[in-house]
Amino acid sequence: MAQVAHDAVTDADLRPFEVAEEPLYHPKTFIGKYIWSQDAKVIAIQYGITAIGIGLVALVLSILMRLQLGFPESFSLIDPANYLQFVTMHGMIMVIYLLTALFLGGFGNYLIPLMCGARDMVFPYVNMVSYWVYLAAVLILVASFFVPGGPTGAGWTLYPPQAVIGGTPGTGAGIILMLISLCVFIIGFTMGGLNYVVTVLQARTRGMTLMRLPLTVWGIFMATVLALLAFPALFVSCIMMILDRLIGTSFFMPAMLAAGEQTAYDGGSPILFQHLFWFFGHPEVYIVALPAFGIVSDVLATHARKNIFGYRMMVWAIVAIGALSFIVWAHHMYVSGMNPYFGFFFATTTLIIAVPTAIKVYNWVLTLWRGNIQLTVPMLFAIGFIFTFINGGLTGLFLGNVTVDLPLSDTYFVVAHFHMVMAVSPVLVVFGAIYHWYPKMTGRMFDETLGKIHFWMTFLGTYAIYYPMHYLGFEGVPRRYYAYGETAFMSDSAQDLNAAISIAAIIVALAQLIFIYNVIKSLFSGKEAGHNPWKATTLEWQTPHTPPRHGNFDEDELPSVYRWAYDYGVPGAEQDFIPQNVPSEEMAAARGQGETKAES
Amino acid sequence: MAFAVALIILIVGSVLFHILSPWYLTPLASNWGMIDTTIDITFWVTGIVFVAVNAFMAYCVIKFRYNKERRSEYQPENHKLEFWLTAITAVGVAAMLAPGLIVWAEFVTVPEDADEIEAIGQQWHWSYRLPGDDGKFGNVDAKLISDDNPFGMDPDDPHGQDDRLIESNVVHLPLDRNVKINLRSKDVLHNFTVAQFRVKMDLVPGLVSYIWLKPTVAGEYEVLCEELCGIGHFAMRGKVVVDEAADYAAWYAAQPTYADILARPQGDPVAGQAQYAVCVACHGPEGKGMQVMNSPKIAGQEDWYLRRQLNYYKIGARGAHPADTFGQQMAPMVMTLADDQAIEDVIAYIGTLPDEPAETTIAGDAERGEDIWVTCGACHGHEAQGIKALNAPRMAGMTDWYLARQLENFKADIRGRHEDDLYGWQMAEMARILKDDDAVNDVVAYINTLGETQVAAASAEAGAAYSGAEE
Repeated sequence: MAQVAHDAVTDADLRPFEVAEEPLYHPKTFIGKYIWSQDAKVIAIQYGITAIGIGLVALVLSILMRLQLGFPESFSLIDPANYLQFVTMHGMIMVIYLLTALFLGGFGNYLIPLMCGARDMVFPYVNMVSYWVYLAAVLILVASFFVPGGPTGAGWTLYPPQAVIGGTPGTGAGIILMLISLCVFIIGFTMGGLNYVVTVLQARTRGMTLMRLPLTVWGIFMATVLALLAFPALFVSCIMMILDRLIGTSFFMPAMLAAGEQTAYDGGSPILFQHLFWFFGHPEVYIVALPAFGIVSDVLATHARKNIFGYRMMVWAIVAIGALSFIVWAHHMYVSGMNPYFGFFFATTTLIIAVPTAIKVYNWVLTLWRGNIQLTVPMLFAIGFIFTFINGGLTGLFLGNVTVDLPLSDTYFVVAHFHMVMAVSPVLVVFGAIYHWYPKMTGRMFDETLGKIHFWMTFLGTYAIYYPMHYLGFEGVPRRYYAYGETAFMSDSAQDLNAAISIAAIIVALAQLIFIYNVIKSLFSGKEAGHNPWKATTLEWQTPHTPPRHGNFDEDELPSVYRWAYDYGVPGAEQDFIPQNVPSEEMAAARGQGETKAES
Repeated sequence: MAFAVALIILIVGSVLFHILSPWYLTPLASNWGMIDTTIDITFWVTGIVFVAVNAFMAYCVIKFRYNKERRSEYQPENHKLEFWLTAITAVGVAAMLAPGLIVWAEFVTVPEDADEIEAIGQQWHWSYRLPGDDGKFGNVDAKLISDDNPFGMDPDDPHGQDDRLIESNVVHLPLDRNVKINLRSKDVLHNFTVAQFRVKMDLVPGLVSYIWLKPTVAGEYEVLCEELCGIGHFAMRGKVVVDEAADYAAWYAAQPTYADILARPQGDPVAGQAQYAVCVACHGPEGKGMQVMNSPKIAGQEDWYLRRQLNYYKIGARGAHPADTFGQQMAPMVMTLADDQAIEDVIAYIGTLPDEPAETTIAGDAERGEDIWVTCGACHGHEAQGIKALNAPRMAGMTDWYLARQLENFKADIRGRHEDDLYGWQMAEMARILKDDDAVNDVVAYINTLGETQVAAASAEAGAAYSGAEE
């Protein structure tokens, strides 16, 4: 038989394991297994439930905001102070406590050891502590809702001076708890993040070269590297701001007034904070985006029954985007009052980053080309992601280009852009990924009809929210406004559009209840999934048990990897897929095995 | 199939929405047409990519839908294709970036003939400064800013004496002249945005930023703050009036210089007592107000607020609305104050009247009122003592039924909407947070609790802070 597979080898080509396996700690009690668990998969689910739980709070906050914007005279419980608190907490929770935690803590923990062919993370104990520190950060954040004055309303960017002086809601305990919570989050993340990086670098199984890693692992790995480098900038900013607020240092505070009175501050720079914040904040965009890029690549390849197109370009694009993301940060600051000459440099780097990003989009679409596309629920979300991401990515070219940014900055165009690219796109991938790996995590299939209803409502609903919103921005409607009053340039119909957007937002929010119902219901009544329902090639689908037990793989032997992760539709092969742990000469043995070697 | 159709509908729908959208850039009123051109170029490039890539994807979804009998094509890489896609993308990016950078070079290069003005932001107002006849701004220092010196002028700098200080949200610009607008903040970040001008920039305490432009269409344009600056952010609004040269010259001549402001008349309480004879009939000999006469307490109200309101009555910015019955009664009374000196005198006399908390007449849910007060207190002070720098008068210990009536007037656009009522606009917007019928009484009931317990301390403090404040 003609052997034409890309990068496939035989057992003789692999080096033996270099290090003997360390025994895992196997707890006996329920608490040891499921509460103080050191199993990355349990930790992943803990992260996932916590992140989605706090994300639902942020979803409710967004609906409260939309009620005010859509129907400004109707809801007397929303005043300007708590409107800003909703804006702030919605943004911070979604970006940090939901998306970052879910992609890295959730999917990272679940998928890295399984996809690399490892029994667990290399430091299981630290991994456990990471989750509990994250939970503490979430609880501190939640506590700020209940302190006098409420949570901070400074906007998720927490710009000083307004974050710490009067005139902004939550400048008492609210802002302090916010800053402490972020510091605690970063400590927890660092413990997890070091684990993810070391596991990818050191604990890959025999034959799993870096260039045979699934793109999911590449995306999460690179995002973790970015996070480990970027979060310290946020950490020091938070510490400095706490000091400014509590003991009157002036890192970010110049001589100025507060509520009409002179303050004791002098000599600090608000712009310094913005540089530090965005030195973290821009890589943060990719901390969320790169795992989404990786996951969507794997979902596309699996359900299109086709190899990912241009794998090496995809890997190098992830690396290039990660590196470039550290030299584009000040594109968030074109109109911040920083030296305007910076604009030339940052506009150029920002538009350069569009090139590797575009390559990723082309390669996803070319993966569909001449594929054999199964429109399963995960696939719908994956293609929905491409559509949304193209839209959001292209509007980034408006805002990244310094001149075009001038009229659009701080308008609803910005809100529409970043929600399209950083909220809707990654969240579509989150849903796609949950539907994709749900059978592996639970051993059961989800309800496909409910999944499709969830997809259609979410995909069309979010587009109805955010696409028209760009045009409010063109008209000049500013963001972070509680109400608009009258101007010569904002049309009356803009208010009608706002009301329509609010209605769409409520529908999308309700659609998420369908998702939660489906996830819970299918735990009990979903039909048995089997080990590999999608006929996928990567190692997590080749485990001997579903859901995988502690230790992931066969107790005596870790799988060996003989090929890249995308052998779909290999000419001459019996099946339209060949798992990574099937050696080249065992093609014949693999023939006829629907469930692959795992069953043998 | 349904999915591919949905994708195609979304593509076509997006393009149609763009073409038919009534919401788009407001007509340009400055020289920055080049910015609109770069937006157009960006739209063409991104629009083509949007349609092409998504249409291709929709085609793939239809053409390569699942067929059990078929295999996908095994093609891991195609270097030629990948190279060309990269190259074409790079060209497209360059086509957008190049005009962007060229226009940005214009933006950072201020023409040498540009006039300079200064726009100053503070929570939640605008004020402006012109360099005066010598064309040079005097020195300012944030440390010098106070109620008496709101611009932080250095009194020893001779260049500052002729600076024109505009304590108002409204500034005028001459038509068709380049102007560099220096931006300065007294407190937090703000942003100076006039949508019709296209350019905007943050105001940052501790430094001076700038934009430049040439207004090309005469008219009035709102200035919006577009950098979150706290609770009043949405209600921080100014106005730019672009004038023909003659109108501009007239406006300019009417603006006071720093020296003019320093030389303003002082009030004389003895002379003021005579002027007050007209007021006694309604406001009472001690300025306590009388509900039967619909007159509020004025004793203890801050001088700057009395001055502003008396002037508003004089120029018709208050008391002219047909539905403002009681304001209409007040307006002719103010006309008896012949000039600025008379106004200063009567204010000085009112300042000598004893300040006792007014009787409370309104019942409401003070606890709920306290929640609402979080927003109000951001300007009026936590104890409702009033803060001059924020243009917010005292309310604690003042007449409660009058407060309630004024809040209703603000809500109903009876007060605050006159174009010369520079600060009433903001209050009218703010009064809208009192959405239900009880909210007014609740918040007034909370103000009454401040009046009973803390007004003495608060007003003593406020009195100390503002005594001798004569602008």
